[in-house]
Amino acid sequence: MGPVTAKFLGDLGARVVKVETQRRPDESRAFVPFRDGVSGFNRSLSFAHYNSSKYGICLNLNHPKGPEIFKRLVAWSDIVIETHRPGTMGRWGLQYEELKKVKPDIIMVSHTMQGQTGSMANQPVHGILFQAQLGFPHLTGWQDREPIVPPTPYSDFIAPFFVFVAIMAALDYRQRTGEGQFIDISQSEASLHFLAPVLLDYIVNGHGQSRIGNRDSFLCPHGVYRCQGEDRWCAISVVDDEEWKSFCRVLGYPKWKDDNRFATIWQRKRNEDELDKLIEEWTLNLTAEEVMKGMQAGGVAAGVVENGEDLLDKDPQLKYRHHFRELAHTEIGTYKCEVPPFRLSKTPIDITMPPPCLGEHTEYVCTKILGMSDDEFVKLSGEGVFG
Amino acid sequence: MSQQQGQTSKENMLAPYRVLDLTDDKGFLCGKLLADLGADVIKVEKPGGDKSRNTGPFYHNIPHPEKSLSWFAYNTGKRGITLNIESGDGQEIFRRLVEKADFVIESFPPGYMDGLGLGYSALSEINPRIIMTSITPFGQDGPYKDYRTSDLVSSAMGGLIYILGEPDRAPVRISSPQAYLFGGVGGAGASLVALWYRHIAGEGQHVDVSIQECVLWSTYYEIPYWGERKLYKRAGNWAPRMEIVYRALFPCRDGYINYRAYGGAMFGPGQANLVKAMDDEGMDVGNLKDVNWRERGIENTPQADIDHFEGKVRQYFKQHTKAELLELSMKWNFMLSPVNTVKDVVAYSQLEERGFWAEIEHPELKDTISYPGFYFKSSAVPQRVKKRAPLIGENNEEIYAQELGFSRQELAILKQNNVI
Repeated sequence: MGPVTAKFLGDLGARVVKVETQRRPDESRAFVPFRDGVSGFNRSLSFAHYNSSKYGICLNLNHPKGPEIFKRLVAWSDIVIETHRPGTMGRWGLQYEELKKVKPDIIMVSHTMQGQTGSMANQPVHGILFQAQLGFPHLTGWQDREPIVPPTPYSDFIAPFFVFVAIMAALDYRQRTGEGQFIDISQSEASLHFLAPVLLDYIVNGHGQSRIGNRDSFLCPHGVYRCQGEDRWCAISVVDDEEWKSFCRVLGYPKWKDDNRFATIWQRKRNEDELDKLIEEWTLNLTAEEVMKGMQAGGVAAGVVENGEDLLDKDPQLKYRHHFRELAHTEIGTYKCEVPPFRLSKTPIDITMPPPCLGEHTEYVCTKILGMSDDEFVKLSGEGVFG
Repeated sequence: MSQQQGQTSKENMLAPYRVLDLTDDKGFLCGKLLADLGADVIKVEKPGGDKSRNTGPFYHNIPHPEKSLSWFAYNTGKRGITLNIESGDGQEIFRRLVEKADFVIESFPPGYMDGLGLGYSALSEINPRIIMTSITPFGQDGPYKDYRTSDLVSSAMGGLIYILGEPDRAPVRISSPQAYLFGGVGGAGASLVALWYRHIAGEGQHVDVSIQECVLWSTYYEIPYWGERKLYKRAGNWAPRMEIVYRALFPCRDGYINYRAYGGAMFGPGQANLVKAMDDEGMDVGNLKDVNWRERGIENTPQADIDHFEGKVRQYFKQHTKAELLELSMKWNFMLSPVNTVKDVVAYSQLEERGFWAEIEHPELKDTISYPGFYFKSSAVPQRVKKRAPLIGENNEEIYAQELGFSRQELAILKQNNVI
């Protein structure tokens, strides 16, 4: 859940040092897929995707000298981000109070599933499971079927955006006041803002919402329709009667458009199943791209249900905006990496640094950034501090 | 900084800054986050109020522009004025507001603000330090820039829904809108990056946020898989890993549990503990006790063994409720999560213990409502969600009369002419 935030900072020009150990590398180094299907800590495309623009060092914090070296890094840093279970940093003597002694205005961010306090703070859990505890699967899927658990750790990708906001606000605060701070951020508390209206609906109305497929409680038609080809789909939403007219025009004024069953939003809502069938009879004869372009030309919101290939290789918009940048990595070779989802007119993003191999920059960071002598580095290496 | 340069406040992180928030639901969360962080966010609505005030569900199910719960949820902490920026007088007033503002955030179609003479280049002439953040479905440029969207369409084009759902039905979205929220929180972060640059360079800039690209950040495996020319597909609650499939969802006595027999370094130790827990309750776990799960990742376990283990897990979960299983997972140190309903989430004790919920007064409803509260704890400046979303034109008097110095007479003229 941590790497995205620091990747954004790195892609924007900050110098980011990722701290791992040989014995316990970042877990996502073991995540599929691996380049050419050959596993290895430096071959995971999942890891690569979230760790561009970072230096990588190995530093064993369980070694007696590990925490001391870490503190030298802290003295050089502006921000420390960590995602260990609550209490872990303290056991190394690296809690905020200690880091502050080394760097009084340090900004330390502890990003955990449920925060530093409370009886569930130490629940043993990973994001791929934990999203269920926040209600996302309950609200995903079809009314007549069991909930769908997203195959990705969904809330792990909401929270980093919030962490990023917190860090940037803390940097501004430090700039103006000279003060750093400790930030205790809970993935639950950040991610639940993505369900705020649903929570309020329960709190004020006692109404517990559940999954409703692709329907919308207030709009119709509103669905994902099968198109020509294998597993190709187009999403369409019609927001009002005006758009319904446009929608019918795009479909070439089908006979059924004047049916009593579909003339008004009330009637369409009542006969939604039938309407969806009729729409799909039309979309089945067209490609998803044709449906999207036709609808958009007529002023109706519609879009291809994009898969990995669409996103990486086909979508002309993402291409135009250079959302993916090609990076060259020593073990992976070239691969396409995402940049942060915004462009700044005066400070364009230019990422050039591929994700680090495990321990790739240990020597560089120690000698060039921390200013260790070669002798000291060799001595510490020999003692296993960088293991 | 809008007020005296360098003035700071111990109360709020972004206290010195003013934000003019012209967004519709595509950008509400951006201004809300800045407001919760202490910025003075002024929501600028067209006379009569923003269209999204008509979005349900509503307070006590009464459809009314002052009772939309999504409006409530995503506009906390903001002040509110009405202003018709399509009229000449409205534009003049807006320019005066920009003189004293730090940020303008907007989510109109690309080119709309330029068309009104209120684009970034025009605003930066009035105030070179202004940061203008545009949150749009596909960004300011490119072949899709004028495309229309909805939550469903943005979720589709951002790649989120292709991976959700079951193979025998259409891909499916998350039933509560998500896409614009990624745009909103992405916009807030990007705006603050521009603020940081302003500290360094002394000038503002235009920030262009694409909702599609923000959503894309939530899709995870889809991109790395296609990096290996493999399509990552929806598989319901079955998860494929190499040649093996395993379940993610198991029924329990009062609902469902998200559990994965994943093994290996991350999940293995917990798996061994789960076997101990089953054994402790007298279940026949056979030789499962002897398996070294840490060494045994899902990819080197035969499918039959996975099925056998999952069968035992199913049997165990069936005997317990969600709450019991969560407690057992804490006691025995194994990993699972109950598939919580909305009611469960609201009742979840951890949130209460950490003081997550914010009690917000709604004097005109004679009610106090619990809101999702501020999302992090700061040692320097405790933040909180401070006040409810603005009513239509609630702060017109404050801004127009007290701050800009319009007389009653002038205000009446502006009102009559539908400017405010």
